[in-house]
Amino acid sequence: MKPAGETTGMPPAAANRDALQRYSFAVIIHLLLVLAWYLFVKIGQVPKFVMPSPYETLHALLVPNYRWAENIAVTSVEIFGGYVLAVVIGIALALVFSWSRWLEMATMPLLVSLNMIPKVALGPLIIVWFKYGIGPNIMMAFAICFFPIVLTTARGLREVEPELLDLVRTLRGSRWQLFTKIQFPGALPYIFSGMKVAAILAVAGAIVGEFLGSDRGLGYLMLQVQVTLDTAAMFMAVILITLIGSVLYLLVLGLERLLVVRDARLQ
Amino acid sequence: MSMAEPFIHLAGVRKVYRTRGVEFLAVSEATFDVEGGELVALVGPSGCGKTTLLKILAGLHSYESGTVRIGSAKQPFDPARDIGMVFQQPLLLKWRRILDNVLLPAEILGLPLAASRERARHLLALVGLSGAELKYPYELSGGMQQRAAIARALIHDPKLILMDEPFGALDAMTREKMNLELLRIWQEARKTIVFVTHGITEAVFLGTRVIVLTAGPARMADNFRVELPHPRTLDMKTSELFGDYTRRIYHLLGME
Ligand SMILES: Nc1ncnc2c1ncn2[C@@H]1O[C@H](COP(=O)(O)OP(=O)(O)OP(=O)(O)O)[C@@H](O)[C@H]1O
Ligand SMILES: [Mg+2]
Repeated sequence: MKPAGETTGMPPAAANRDALQRYSFAVIIHLLLVLAWYLFVKIGQVPKFVMPSPYETLHALLVPNYRWAENIAVTSVEIFGGYVLAVVIGIALALVFSWSRWLEMATMPLLVSLNMIPKVALGPLIIVWFKYGIGPNIMMAFAICFFPIVLTTARGLREVEPELLDLVRTLRGSRWQLFTKIQFPGALPYIFSGMKVAAILAVAGAIVGEFLGSDRGLGYLMLQVQVTLDTAAMFMAVILITLIGSVLYLLVLGLERLLVVRDARLQ
Repeated sequence: MSMAEPFIHLAGVRKVYRTRGVEFLAVSEATFDVEGGELVALVGPSGCGKTTLLKILAGLHSYESGTVRIGSAKQPFDPARDIGMVFQQPLLLKWRRILDNVLLPAEILGLPLAASRERARHLLALVGLSGAELKYPYELSGGMQQRAAIARALIHDPKLILMDEPFGALDAMTREKMNLELLRIWQEARKTIVFVTHGITEAVFLGTRVIVLTAGPARMADNFRVELPHPRTLDMKTSELFGDYTRRIYHLLGME
């Protein structure tokens, strides 16, 4: 549903050059950060247990005991699992609300109150109820990113121009036609804005879950190496967690580009 | 042009809005006829009930008393298929290309798609938008978007077009251009149009008939035929007859 040649008010060649410039700058600024980090550690003679150098951080990957691959896989499953669950259930629930005013009136205030609970505080309870492991951590990620998705989707479905309603009504359009042709496509930008917020929260949810109780995952690994003061491994774990989150975020962004026309996207 | 049975017949229409127990008389005693093929301009100050009247015509609002009849033995009228609406904002769907936006009413009515697509192309040419079929609304100017909205209102070949200040959001120059365009489209498409505006010169320039409403509550103040020849040209606005008409309306609205 994207225009063939998206215009930015510039001819395509200039737009391409502009995009290339942007990406180059983004890459350069990140490399500069790594350089600054390196110089800071080297020149400042910072001890390794306070702040490892970029090289030492990379080196941590070579410690076989840390089982990086497995821990990355576990944390990814928790993040993606909780997120996908929240997207599916969140959108479905909001759709049900938009069809039943009665159900919305009964449930929405409850959701708003539940949203006020700091989800992190539920961690110990989840562990009491479900023990620890991947399942409870998926629930933690789900709990923390479910609300923004339901709330923004419900809001998007409500935001129909009254005059468009009039237009459909004069044509004796059905409720279903209104939904498929106007309401749902109109809500997509809202759904994606909720999904973007949720993508970041899902990562936090999974990691907090691992901190509170787990026997695998990057969060769990961080607690282990904290004891031995292997700061380089902690750095590496944080970087990997960030990368997993970035992949999720970029996937959502790509899907948005595919499904939502540029002008309709919410910033 | 007068026939035994007019295309639209309104008599003694009264509309009361109720909000929080408070009654508000929005329209009282609206009475007028519109012949088939006329372009009637409804003019009046803001809040005088023009939109309300239009929505009553569109069947979107109930009314307390009076008669509203559209269609005659000679010109049968199906309210589901024979109304095209144009609003102050184009209200195009941002995620649809222009052609698909124009097709929306045809899709809702379940008209054959291939034929409608062909018709949509013709209509876009008629409103001067050939070449924009595959563009998205954001790639079009406000005036172009409003033309697309007009094409959308014509796609199901309705007999009656209801327009609520369609050019109100446009700048003065674009607005004049759109007035000329509308007259051309009206003459080519041979539709009955009810055109709501608060522009007095716009009403006189466009209308074969002008109906003047005054506020609080909407009262029919005047209803006259505009005897300017067709096709209308911009220099008619400086003619004496044109001045007489506008003065007559200014006078009624107490704006001299
Ligand atoms: N849904 C509503 N409920 C209560 N009052 C309403 C409603 N819609 C309109 N009114 C009132 O009825 C009166 C007429 O409204 P209407 O929208 O028909 O005016 P209008 O002539 O179209 O004005 P404008 O030129 O500003 O569009 C106004 O005073 C308005 O406040
Ligand atoms: Mg109005």
